Amino acid sequence: MAQKHRELLVDPLVDNNPITFQVLGICSALAVTSSLQVAFVMALAVTSVTAFSSMFISMLRNQIPSSIRIIVQMVIIASLVILVDQVLKAFAFEISKTLSVFVGLIITNCIVMGRAEAFAMKNPPIASFIDGIGNGLGYGFILMLVGVIRELFGSGSLFGITILKTVNNGGWYVPNGLLLLPPSAFFVIGLLIWAFRTWKTAQVEEREFKIQTVEAH
Amino acid sequence: MVDGSANTGTPKGPLRRFLDLPPDSTPKTLFVAVTLCLFASMVVSIAAVSLRPIQEENKLRDKRINILQVAGVYDPSVDVAEAFEAFEPQVLDLATGQFTGQFDPRTFDDRAASDNPEISHALTDDPASIGRQANFKTVYLLRDDSGAIDKVILPIHGYGLWSTLYGFIAVEEDGNEIYGLQFYEHAETPGLGAEVDNPRWKALWRGKKLRDDDGTLQITVAKAPPAAGKDFYVDALAGATLTSRGVDNLVNFWMGSEGYEPFLANLKAGEI
Repeated sequence: MAQKHRELLVDPLVDNNPITFQVLGICSALAVTSSLQVAFVMALAVTSVTAFSSMFISMLRNQIPSSIRIIVQMVIIASLVILVDQVLKAFAFEISKTLSVFVGLIITNCIVMGRAEAFAMKNPPIASFIDGIGNGLGYGFILMLVGVIRELFGSGSLFGITILKTVNNGGWYVPNGLLLLPPSAFFVIGLLIWAFRTWKTAQVEEREFKIQTVEAH
Repeated sequence: MVDGSANTGTPKGPLRRFLDLPPDSTPKTLFVAVTLCLFASMVVSIAAVSLRPIQEENKLRDKRINILQVAGVYDPSVDVAEAFEAFEPQVLDLATGQFTGQFDPRTFDDRAASDNPEISHALTDDPASIGRQANFKTVYLLRDDSGAIDKVILPIHGYGLWSTLYGFIAVEEDGNEIYGLQFYEHAETPGLGAEVDNPRWKALWRGKKLRDDDGTLQITVAKAPPAAGKDFYVDALAGATLTSRGVDNLVNFWMGSEGYEPFLANLKAGEI
């Protein structure tokens, strides 16, 4: 049992990563990775929402009527997201200002819903909770990787601490403005997926069709 | 459907029969939906209501810190509420440029005021893209040791690229020289438009003049100095043309005749 739980926690970090393998939660990964601090808080928020929503949904899984199960999941997820938003506004005001609408948009993060549908509806609460934590951490891991690249080369700093002094502040580094804009995260995540699949070849999907070789008559 | 308990012969109460219904039956579906919604709404409202005082406190503190910063008197080691005592809030009637006693400046809500049709008006000429403008604004006075006005802190807002920027401009007692400008709420692009928060850019505003000797409003945020000269010119943000334009528009709007011009004229004339 303990072995299984460990797998649930570790598996989504690389092997079954929600972003690079399941390709979920991309939209928010584009939005919040321009600074590490924001990405970190977002990762924490998503991890706690995924874990608790999976747990509650799993606790109710035998009572949830299948005809309204998606709505039931959404109600639970949405309530938790509002809760997180309220707590951030009360206890981490500065960060909630920078995260602005993105906390609310956790509701639409496919990872939360994906884990609810794929795992929590069929598994006991503790396993679902751990699965939620694992997937949240997997999401957070990629977020931090992308955040490091974007913040370091986009603003010359990490966690707001200057590493490469930018020209705007009297230094030498000319920051790459593209990295601060959401599309750059597409490139970075794309490259990460490529790197991960080169390293873990098991992640490579089979081709849906094969290009036929032309046979000479 | 096979139900093992159906053959035991003991009659079941209505509650028992309800609980034994399959989850997909209509009564059970309705029951789950209603209970869950009630429970979720309770949790959410309890959280919202119980955390509101802390959130309001945060917002107020944040606004005060910004007022302190724009006036150049912010010191992180001093309690914000205490430092803020030095400022004298007043509700200003924009049309006359004089303070009004109609409202309590400590509780007057500027944002709510611009939505209240009785004390606001829709703008026809609206360069700052704010839609409605309140007739009254809360301004903050900073007096020197002799009790004379040293600086006035005026709230300003307007649209940038993605968002409305809310901020303050600090003007010297002559009603013409800018001491500082700062935004406390906006959602511009980090690294580009959000460089309005860059201290080096904010420092450019210090000492700039709003009007030339003829009283014409000259202040500009642009890529090159205007004909009027460098005293009226703040260099636009690189890579943030639309945010810079928004700041230019909103500063010009609020310093102009629809904004604080009557008040600044009174201030200059010593009639405050």
